[in-house]
Formats: sequence, structure tokens, C-alpha cells
Amino acid sequence: MKTRKNLPLIVKYLIVAAVYALFLLAGNLLIKNKVIGLYYTKVLMVVAINMILAVSLNIGTGYLGQLPLGSAGFMAVGAYASAIFMRKVPIDPKLIFPVGIILGGLVSGLFGLIIGLPALRLKGDYLAIITLGFAEIIRIVILNIDKALGITLTYGAANLKNIPKTTTFTNAFIWVFIACFLIKAMMNSRHGRAILSIRDNEIAAESCGINLTFYKTMAFVVYAFFTGVGGALYAGYLGILNPSGFGFAKSIDILVIVVLGGMGSMTGSVISSAVLTIVPELLRAFSDYRMIVYSLLLIIVMIFRPTGLMGTKEFNPRGIMDFFMGRKKRKEER
Amino acid sequence: MSTLSLIIKQIINALQLGSIFALIALGYSMVYGIIRLLNFAHCDIIMVGAYISWYFMTNFANMPYLAVAAAIFGCTLLGVAIEKVAYTPLRGSPRISLLITAIGVSYLLENTAQLWLGAAAKSVPPFFKVTTLSFMGLSVSTTSVVTIAVVTVSMTALTLLVQKTKMGRAMRAVSEDSQTAQLMGTNINATISFTFAIGSALAGIGSVLYCCAYNQASPTMGSMLGLKAFVAAVLGGIGSIPGAIVGGFVIGLTEVFVSSIGLSTWKDAVVFLILIIVLLVKPTGLLGKQVNEKV
Amino acid sequence: MDKIVPTPSTGIIPERDLGKPAVLEAMHLGIDFGGLTAVDDFTITVAPTEICGLIGPNGAGKTTVFNLLTNVYQPTRGSILLQGRPTQGKSVYEVNKMGIARTFQNVRLFKDMTVEENVLVGLHNEMNYSVFSAFTKMPKYFKQERAAHNKAMELLSIFDMESMASSRAGSLPYGAQRRLEILRALATDPCIILLDEPAAGMNPNETEALMQNIKKIRDTFKIAIMLIEHDMNLVMGICEGIAVLNYGKIIAKGTPAQIKSNPQVIEAYLGNRGESDA
Repeated sequence: MKTRKNLPLIVKYLIVAAVYALFLLAGNLLIKNKVIGLYYTKVLMVVAINMILAVSLNIGTGYLGQLPLGSAGFMAVGAYASAIFMRKVPIDPKLIFPVGIILGGLVSGLFGLIIGLPALRLKGDYLAIITLGFAEIIRIVILNIDKALGITLTYGAANLKNIPKTTTFTNAFIWVFIACFLIKAMMNSRHGRAILSIRDNEIAAESCGINLTFYKTMAFVVYAFFTGVGGALYAGYLGILNPSGFGFAKSIDILVIVVLGGMGSMTGSVISSAVLTIVPELLRAFSDYRMIVYSLLLIIVMIFRPTGLMGTKEFNPRGIMDFFMGRKKRKEER
Repeated sequence: MSTLSLIIKQIINALQLGSIFALIALGYSMVYGIIRLLNFAHCDIIMVGAYISWYFMTNFANMPYLAVAAAIFGCTLLGVAIEKVAYTPLRGSPRISLLITAIGVSYLLENTAQLWLGAAAKSVPPFFKVTTLSFMGLSVSTTSVVTIAVVTVSMTALTLLVQKTKMGRAMRAVSEDSQTAQLMGTNINATISFTFAIGSALAGIGSVLYCCAYNQASPTMGSMLGLKAFVAAVLGGIGSIPGAIVGGFVIGLTEVFVSSIGLSTWKDAVVFLILIIVLLVKPTGLLGKQVNEKV
Repeated sequence: MDKIVPTPSTGIIPERDLGKPAVLEAMHLGIDFGGLTAVDDFTITVAPTEICGLIGPNGAGKTTVFNLLTNVYQPTRGSILLQGRPTQGKSVYEVNKMGIARTFQNVRLFKDMTVEENVLVGLHNEMNYSVFSAFTKMPKYFKQERAAHNKAMELLSIFDMESMASSRAGSLPYGAQRRLEILRALATDPCIILLDEPAAGMNPNETEALMQNIKKIRDTFKIAIMLIEHDMNLVMGICEGIAVLNYGKIIAKGTPAQIKSNPQVIEAYLGNRGESDA
């Protein structure tokens, strides 16, 4: 198996970082020269945000093997936390934005801990419905808390306005990179393997010395954290927030992205975020039929490819090199 | 009006709302029981039923029975068609794929309705002349009486069907263990289709009752109604018929109670809070069966 | 094989383990499931390097005993000492950390993970780097992961499974899956390992190899092994002490020779609706 020499890890990282930096530069150049117009720049930002939301939900569904339907709730927490912070802090928003994003992630992660501890005692569909319930409660609390407590924090249904629009193509995609890198790093460690083992067989995992509660909660908190980060970027992209934007349908949208990409495949989540965000935009020409086409596509893809576009496979540069250079294909599993 | 009669009036309101929830919850529960699918499209079947009612009541206003029959028949047909076209090919696939397909079907129905009939709500003419019955100083609208009566009859019929008939036995067998049921000679496909037919027919009845109570039909009317009914099903113990009924009434009572003390903006939050508490105390719902994995 | 000598507590012990503290002591264990007594008054002492067998007709409660010993079920009565420490109230993973590992009657592998990863999950508590080290790829992470990889390969080599390291565990043939499950249990560094029907579904050649391997594991790792098995050749061939369970109670304890000639045992097996494998 190991006949070829592996590149030293640091070189690999440098190559990946360089390629990604090149991608960001190219993107910026195209935007600056108006090759990508303002409209499509915005679409790309949404693509990036959806990528973050999808790769983090994938931790819950693909890696932990559960079905959390609370993305909208955690997104709302992240978005509101960071937006309120950004509005209140009198420092150049561009400078302070990374802090706002991390704050959004942390607050959301804290909610993940509070919700995850009780919710993760349930499994499967029950976990799905209980997380959905928590998300709805979050939304209703954001909607009503000002009136109930007599404060002005979220502005309820009256929109939280004047949030600095600090999300850009570059910082959104940098966060995509950070999220993917950290999640990948976690999954390639003993902690990630513990999470996967719980997915595959809970009873066996526990008898191998895996602390189920700890690892389920950890996966859930990481999911909530990055979803919160996505929410913070979303707030900085919209500039205005309303609780109605974080309904149950939003969670479903993200779930659809993850399942269509292939649960357990980070590459799948990334690709399908791009596809499912861009395709509806391209269909704008048929604006009326757009959602019908979208829902038909959903049904058809599921019927003909029930495990999603990528299955559980990951994109692997070596696989592509092997393919083009005619090397003997490595034995495929499954 | 005295406090007591006010309370009784609210309880009757709660019963009316709860029985609609219960009827819809049954559809979720039966389908979940038999193929372990959260049928997201169920709520949109109700929407279609409401539009059928609207169509017949505006065009043939003097024949309310025709509208009722058409709504029930249309829903049944639609439910079975969805099962055949979208769900049957996915039997044996991961359950989540089935779930996403159901979401796809739900979106499809909603958007088709929106494209075809517009996003604005249609006003459904009343099926019968609504009067207020006075009884010992209480005033109750005929709609409430009819709703509660219809739901009681439907529930009884359903319980008899499931407990006493051959098809009902097949349904119970398939939901317990579909493979063994198949080995015992049960026609699984027919049983599943039959379950969808019954569930959708109940949705049809539910849509008519909804139109009686609220007099309108809109493309997205199903989503919140469906979510609540689904919560009712889970609360009572999904897969259990009495559970769906209990869940429906619990939700109806909660909503009416929370609204009546002036916290109507919080009512959905309270409903979900109750669901969460119940699930944490009894993870399979109020009347659900506990399943332990054998080591 | 060493000489077997009786102990004061009516048990038996291999001579080499004389004077050493027992690795596992279960005292008067019992569990009721809703009024039904599944296991009652189960008392056993396992010496540090003993191979002991737990046999009995189907439904006698053997797997329930394993579940009690690993705290999957909390016993209604009685107590368990693992290397002298009580396990009462501990959760399954904590008991594993205290030194008890097991396999399952119907193989429970992490099917969608590779063979190596399965063993690595067993090595989970061997490593102690934090989530933060994993995120930031600290040297500690690489050092421990490399050590774990080497250890996993070493373990796989016991059953000559190194070549399968990157195969998906679920794609292995049945026998290999059973072997992998044993290795995964071994990886958790136990002082006693419980094997639930390790030879089930194996042909006579495989069973023979398994017998040799069980002994090899005991000799290499110096651990105790307790096994449930219906294959009497295997049980009589490698077990030093045997306990026979019927209707949740121990009806006999002793050496293979004693068990073979025990009239109660013979009755339990032969008087029991044709349990032909006795």
C-alpha cells in the first residue's frame, strides 16, 4: 500500500493554503474588475455561509449519525449575538468583526451545550423533533423577549437594523476554510474516531471505553459553534435581522444540502452547498417555476441516488492524480 | 358571562382545536408506525383538501356534501399517489433519504399551489349555516359541536378498523415487523398503501373541519398546522392511535389556555416546551412503547 | 497446562496464580427483570491469568452475566470487585477503563470504519491529547497517533490481519470480524476479557486456530479470559475452570474433568429439549 512516499505534512499544508489563497485572490480580482458583479458576489457569500452551515450540520448527521434539526436556532443565536455586539462596540467594525464572529460561535456553542445535554438522551427522530422544538423556542424568545423584559435588545419583529455589513467574499471563504480545517482535524483524531464509533455502534463504543455523553455533547457543541459562526456571517451579510428568517424551513434547507451532498462527506456538503445555492439563482429566468424545479430535483436525486451525490466518499487529490496518470486504482471500499 | 361558563367555553374551543390536531396527528402517526417516515407532505395534503373544498364550495355552493366527499376522496387519492410515486422506490434506502423526499414532495405541493392559485388566501364559504346553540346559559357554536362529533365518530371508526378487521391486523403486523409479516403472507405494499389512504382520508376530513373553523385556504396553511399536529403525534407517542388523540387534545388545551391568559405570542413556545419536557421524562411520548435494544 | 488446585472459596485456581489476588470477584450477583429473576446468586472468582468458561443451555442467563459484569445492567443484588475495586454505580465506559473488555454474541463492529480505526477506537484511552491539540495539530497529537498506529498494527499482527488494516470492517468475512472484535477489546488494555461465543459460526479449523490464539493472547498479555461458548471441544480444551449456569443459577463449578462427569450438568444439557451440542 505505502509504496509511494508521502509528502511531509507541513508541505501538504503549505500547498493547500497556497492553492486556497490563490483562489481567494482570483475571486477578489474578478470582483474588483466587475467580472463577477455585485449580485453574484452576494450569491457567493451565501454559498460560503451555507458551506459553513452544512459542514457543521454534517458533524451531527454524518459523523454522529443523529438528526439535529436545530440549525436555524443556533444560527439565530450566533447572528443576534454577533449583531448586537457589533452594534454596541464603538470600534471600526472591520477590525472587530472576527471577534464578533467568534463571539457568535461561542454563544451558540454555549446554547449547544445547554440544549445538547438533555436532548442527546434521545435518539433518531425524537432527537430531531426535540432540537426542532428548541430552535422554535429560541426564535419565539428572540421575537418576544424585548416586550417581556421591557428592554431593547433584539427589536423582536421590528427588525434589528444597522448591523455593520462586514461580511465579504474573502472573510466568508476564510471562515469556510477554518471550519473545514478544524472539523477535519477533529475527525482525524481520537476524538473524531470516538464520534464515528458512536454512530456505528453505541453499545460497542461504550464498552471500548468511550464516554458517550461527553462525545455526543462535544459533537453537538462543535456543530452549534460553527452554525453560530455561519449565523454571525449571515448577520454581517444581511445587515438586518428578523426572527422570521430563522424558522424551521431554514433548518430543513441546510439538512437538504447535507443529505444531497452525501451524509458523512465533507466534500459532498461543500459541493452541494454551492450547487443548491447557485442553481436556484440560475433558474431565476424561470422565476415562477424555480421552486417547483428545485423540489422535483430533490425528489429525483433522492430516488435515483439515495445516499446523496458523494455518498460518504471524500475528495482526494491523490485519487484524481491516480485517475489521470493511469495508476492502478486503489481498491474501493463498499 | 360568568367565569365558569367562560372556562367551559374555552374548554370547548380547546376540544375543537384539539380534535382537528388529533385527526391530523393520526395521519402522521399511522404512516410513521408503518414505514418509520415523518411524512412532511401530510400537512400539504390538508392544504390540497382545503383548496378542493374551496373550489367546490365556490362553484357548487348548494352541494356541501359534494365538497366534503371531493375533499376526502381527493386527499386519499393524493396520499396514495405520493406513496406510490415518491416513497415506494425508496423502500430499503436510508430513512433520511425518504425524509428528504417527503420534504421535496411537500415543497412541490406548496409551490404548485402557489403558482397555480396565488399566494393569497382564498376564502372558503361556510359549509352550513353556523348558529349558536344555547344550553343552560352556555353558548356553543354549531361548528364546535359538528367538529367534535365528526372527530369522535372518525376515531371510533378508525379504532374499530385497526382492532377488528383483517386489514387492521395486517397494519399492526407490518408496523411491528414488516419482514415477518411478509413471511406470514401479508401483502406489504397493499397494507402500506391502505395506511396512506386512511391517513390521507383523515387529513381530508381534517381539512374540511379546518375550513369550517377558519374559512380559508392558503398554500402555506399546512406548515404550522402540520408541525403542531406532528408535535401532537410525538407528544402522545408516535405510532400510537390513542397517543395521537391524547397529544392532539393536550396541544389544543395548551394553545387555548396560553392564549386566554393573554400570552398568545408565546403559545408555540409553550407547546414545544411541553413536548420537550414530556420527551425528557418519557422519551417515547405519553403513550408510546419503550423499546430497549438487546445487548 | 498448570496444575489446578482448589481454593478456600470452593473455587479452583491454576497453580501459577496461587497467592495472587483475583482479577475479578463477583459475589452473589443477581438481577430481576420485572419480577423475573434472570440471574441469581452468581458468585465467581477469576484468577489473574485464568481461562475460564461459562456454559449452560440456551437462555440460562450467560450473556446477562456478561452484561452484569460490564455494568450494561446494574445488578439488583450482589457486588463486583475488579482488581479489588468495586464497580458499583460506574458506567459502562468507566468499567472498561477499570480493566474489563468484552466482545458481543452478535458481532458489534464499527462497520463503516476501517479495520485499523476499529482498533484505534479501542486505543482511545491510551492516548490523552486534548481536542485543542487535535485542532492545532500539536506535536503531542502526532506522537501519540503514531504510537497508536504502531500499537494497532502490532495488535493486528496477532491474527495476521495487518494487510486488511485499511479495509472497511463491515466488508470482512465473518470469522475475521470476530477476530477483529477480540483485538479491539484487547486494545483497551484490559486485565480481563469476556468473549461471548467467540467460535460461533466458525468451522472446525477456524475453531482450532481460535483456541491456539486465545491461549496465545493469555500468554502474551498475561490477562484473564472468560468465555461463553457452546463448542464443547473448545471449552474443554482450553478452560481451566468452568462454571455451568442453568435457569440463572450456577449448578456446578470445577475443572473440565469434573464438569464432564457431573450428573447435574448432564441432566441440564440432555434433559433440555435436545440441546445437541453438549
